[in-house]
Amino acid sequence: MSSEKWNVTFEVYRQVPGEKPHFDEFKLEVNPDEYVLDGIERIWAFWDRTLCFRHACHHSTCGACGMRVNGIEKLSCITLIRDVTHDGGKMRVEPLRNFPVVRDLAVDMGNFYLQMDAVHHRPVLPVSEASIEKPEETWSPEYDQYTRLSDCIECGLCISACPISGTDPNYLGPAVLAGAQQSGLSRSPQVMGLVDSENGLWRCHSVYECTAVCPSFVDPARRIMDLRKMVLVERVRRLFNRPTRTELRIEETRK
Amino acid sequence: MNKPHAIIIGGGFTGVATAHDLALRGFEVTLLERGDICHGTSGRTHGLLHSGGRYAVKDKESAIECIDENMILRKIVPDVLEQNGGLFIALNDSDLAYADDFEISCEACHISVERLTAEQALRLEPNLNPKLLMAFTVPDGTFDPLRLALAFAATAKSNGAKIMTFTEVTGLIVNGQAQVIGVKYMDRCTNKEYELRGDMVINATGAWAGEIAVMAGANVPVKPTPGVMVAFDRRLTQRVINRLNIPGDGDIVVPQRRMNVVGTTSFEVEDPDYVPITDDQIQAMVNRGSEMIPGLRSAKLRGSYMASRPLIGAGMGRSTARTFKCFDHKETDGVDGLVTITGGKATTLRVMAEKTADVVCEKLGINCPCITKEIPLLSYRQYYNNGIKEHV
Repeated sequence: MSSEKWNVTFEVYRQVPGEKPHFDEFKLEVNPDEYVLDGIERIWAFWDRTLCFRHACHHSTCGACGMRVNGIEKLSCITLIRDVTHDGGKMRVEPLRNFPVVRDLAVDMGNFYLQMDAVHHRPVLPVSEASIEKPEETWSPEYDQYTRLSDCIECGLCISACPISGTDPNYLGPAVLAGAQQSGLSRSPQVMGLVDSENGLWRCHSVYECTAVCPSFVDPARRIMDLRKMVLVERVRRLFNRPTRTELRIEETRK
Repeated sequence: MNKPHAIIIGGGFTGVATAHDLALRGFEVTLLERGDICHGTSGRTHGLLHSGGRYAVKDKESAIECIDENMILRKIVPDVLEQNGGLFIALNDSDLAYADDFEISCEACHISVERLTAEQALRLEPNLNPKLLMAFTVPDGTFDPLRLALAFAATAKSNGAKIMTFTEVTGLIVNGQAQVIGVKYMDRCTNKEYELRGDMVINATGAWAGEIAVMAGANVPVKPTPGVMVAFDRRLTQRVINRLNIPGDGDIVVPQRRMNVVGTTSFEVEDPDYVPITDDQIQAMVNRGSEMIPGLRSAKLRGSYMASRPLIGAGMGRSTARTFKCFDHKETDGVDGLVTITGGKATTLRVMAEKTADVVCEKLGINCPCITKEIPLLSYRQYYNNGIKEHV
């Protein structure tokens, strides 16, 4: 961190439910190596106690502090002020799109979280299934007793950035489809029906905005493409009356 | 008979765990939180599910609390935990001199440890400092702070608790007999003020506990004691890495998702609302962390943050016991109807809630035992079953 000081104007989206939204300006002296969330928190602590926003972990593991900074979805806790404005510059901070606004910068993630549950996305995985760079030379079966939190932090940035989610609130959206791909279609018979539906994976236009904004390198766009392949394989199996993977899995557990 | 109504102030770890406990004991529960869940200290913890090893030598009470609760949380809320284990590593003679004491103390606190040679430790974690001398395995783990709290809140809600976020308590209602009979609060979404009556008010505001207690003329000897944490964009270890020595600054590296997080420091402040981070604190974490894991020095900084621990008893810093305390303000200040729970740490949230609920039940003459040890929590995602914002 440098000892530099910048004067930055935060243009903050304000909205009380049922009223018209507007922007409030706050002029702050900041260190450019502070994070956008530090500035927002200071506005709350010293300028305006009515400002509502969500935040918890401050290091990109909880996914609560997603916002749009100058029009781009960012996890505000790891976004350096230096990277989004300049000395004497402005920074516009808005809530995520495609979620209901609770107030100001806080949005309601309820439906999204429940959809992650509906596709059986697993919050923790055995280490052997986690996509992490692992020290291969030390890889041993004993690692299977350990678990790891999933990479997707359910921040909703991808859903905010997705143009399809923007035109149709019923579209499941990138994180949910990526979640289905990660867990596989065999966890529950309902998952196939959910993702292979009019609100599911065929709506994706391969814009890749989701992958561009994902702070956790989940790469939802690639996973949606992969999920399409998985669904097609499943459909072909059904066409030829072959047991589906779900049925095979159920049979496997019966043995 | 109507259910007794408990009002909990604070939606951090102790608040949500107390809501869960009291809801199971048949209380009507209302929890008020001025931000969203985990907006204060709880969200910003290191994320370390303590084995208790850190406290075993000097603070056995805390160590035993940690290992007991560690094992319970693994059972009741596994979907927010990395069960990844931990190591205490010795890098110099001073660390080595601590080893025997550490081993004996851990055994005395029933923390299972295993002594490893340097070669064994490096085989498990090849990115550790190759100069390490020996190590112990411990049953540490990593938790996701927000999701740990949400799991408690979700289960409390399903048992009838009402959780009101973005709701700031602005005053306590005290009657003529110096008894707290409710709270005044502001709905931060509508800027409207309301009053809420209850049979007991529980102050679970951690580092802010003094600010709430004083609203009823009571006092809590809690000192906000922040510490800095620095997250790196690489995960160089599978396990939690601790320095095998007397607890000090920057001696724990917690892996989380694809990161390693180094912490922490310890100093006192008056106002925990906003504590700035200085460059020298970050540099100290980089230096201390890379003593144990040299690769951290070339890793990119991903984030840095400050969390204000609520330590009971001022001026003692790290020598203060890390256990918790529940204050019945009838006994300490002659103010009835108000209980404060503070101190402690994330790992012990469940037992803090248990003891608080015990005090509340005793004060109200209710005989109902705690059962939270046995009840698996709901998925944290179920917290959002009714959307983020509930209204009275």
